[in-house]
Amino acid sequence: MSVTAALAERPPPRARGWPRSRVIGYAMVGFWILFGLGIVAYLIFAWNADFFAKYAPAYLKGLQTTLLLVCISMVLGAILSVPVAYGRMSSNRILSGLAYCYVYFFRGTPLLVQTYLVYYGLGSFRAELQTVGLWDFFKDAFNCGVFAFALNTAAYQAEILRGAIESVPRGQWEGAASLGLHKLQTLRKIILPQALIVALRPYGNELILMVKASAIVAIITVYDLMGQAKLAFANSFDIQAYIWVALVYLVMVEILRHGVEWIERRITIHLKR
Amino acid sequence: MPSQNIWILLSWGPDGWIDDIAYGALVTIALALATLPIGLTIGFFVAWAKQSEEPSLRLAANIYTTVFRGLPELVTLFLFFFGVPILLQHLVRYFRPDATIDVNSFVAGMIVLSLIFSSYASEVFLSAFRAIPKGQYEGGYAIGLSNWLTMRKVILPQLLRIAFPGLENCWLSLLKDTSLVSVVGLAETLRNAYTAARVTKHAFLFYGVAALVFLGLAVVSSFATSAILRSLGKREAQR
Repeated sequence: MSVTAALAERPPPRARGWPRSRVIGYAMVGFWILFGLGIVAYLIFAWNADFFAKYAPAYLKGLQTTLLLVCISMVLGAILSVPVAYGRMSSNRILSGLAYCYVYFFRGTPLLVQTYLVYYGLGSFRAELQTVGLWDFFKDAFNCGVFAFALNTAAYQAEILRGAIESVPRGQWEGAASLGLHKLQTLRKIILPQALIVALRPYGNELILMVKASAIVAIITVYDLMGQAKLAFANSFDIQAYIWVALVYLVMVEILRHGVEWIERRITIHLKR
Repeated sequence: MPSQNIWILLSWGPDGWIDDIAYGALVTIALALATLPIGLTIGFFVAWAKQSEEPSLRLAANIYTTVFRGLPELVTLFLFFFGVPILLQHLVRYFRPDATIDVNSFVAGMIVLSLIFSSYASEVFLSAFRAIPKGQYEGGYAIGLSNWLTMRKVILPQLLRIAFPGLENCWLSLLKDTSLVSVVGLAETLRNAYTAARVTKHAFLFYGVAALVFLGLAVVSSFATSAILRSLGKREAQR
């Protein structure tokens, strides 16, 4: 087919009437609308001013705990991920092997197991921890959660960091070296600005995963958002305890997701053609 | 702290706990394997809907992934495990006022994990759909295949090959997510390790064993997937 013929070709007409895909699509959307209305209707029908007055402040406190937990462990994980990523990229066999094992362990086992290992498992070494003076730290469930989460996210963030740094072409390193910049300068002024653009989206995903995973700490008796919901449900046997919490998580995740997309659009504006 | 010999605790039999944990590992594998086909099927259809030309279908599929990727796995599980019995009870009470309903934790876990797995798998399938050129569909229609037959005979085989590495990641996170079902009382690896730790007070030991079981499963599945990938590659090369 010649180019002009391809240009002259008109787009296919939009499907009219009721093809099967449209029937199914409308049915599905209808189902979602019914589902949403059902939940709204349930929440109105089951509206309980006492429940709300009693648990809304608790939920807010739980939200605070969740956010605090996620922020602290994200930052600690980011700090810890730097040496791990360095180890992964190092040409030293032992160093890279150690970093590989660290990453493999924390990515290969469930976060719940890791959290149990810290919270219940370290209790086996109570006497030893007491002599070192760390027992007061590991006695608290929140601290244990932060510890486990920071170690876990460090493994994921190390991989993100490594992938981003390796995505910058070698020529950039060589060009900087030929200008007489030393390695740290090159990394800071040339490699990282390019790598962080690549890393933004994975970092955003990791943040969202952490927010979602933070619900796990409710199992080790931390009263985060999920923990408060568990408590409210245990006291009232009212399923709206979980519905409210689900809505809060959903809103939180959507805000984060759109925020990351917005930032990405802003910082890649110079790359648009 | 009781100082029993850990080798006795780690033996097979009435005094040891390894047989319980091994049984739990079987439950973990069974749960993951039972979830896989359901999740893959739903994920495929959701991805198909997402790349269709019909806006309502796309909207419905996008709501599905937004909800199940946005909710924490634990919240979905609890909502389902505690919410569905209440819902069903309300419905059943119309017919039989004295009926009570319990959800089996294996079934609840299977359904919830398939919802989560399918929403992640649909993203993988969607990017695979986008990698298949339009000419493949047109070729299928040109030789007189119907919509469904084109999908099954022409697109799906290529789709699976492209999506395979992504699906491997979904499988690994599915394996890890099965541990969450222990919270609603399914006697899988972590639950049995928890019991063992409670009884013997050797918490670090048994959670360490549970971690090793999951690690072992991850290693085995990475070997299996690389073998499958190799055989796929060989068949590709023969053409």
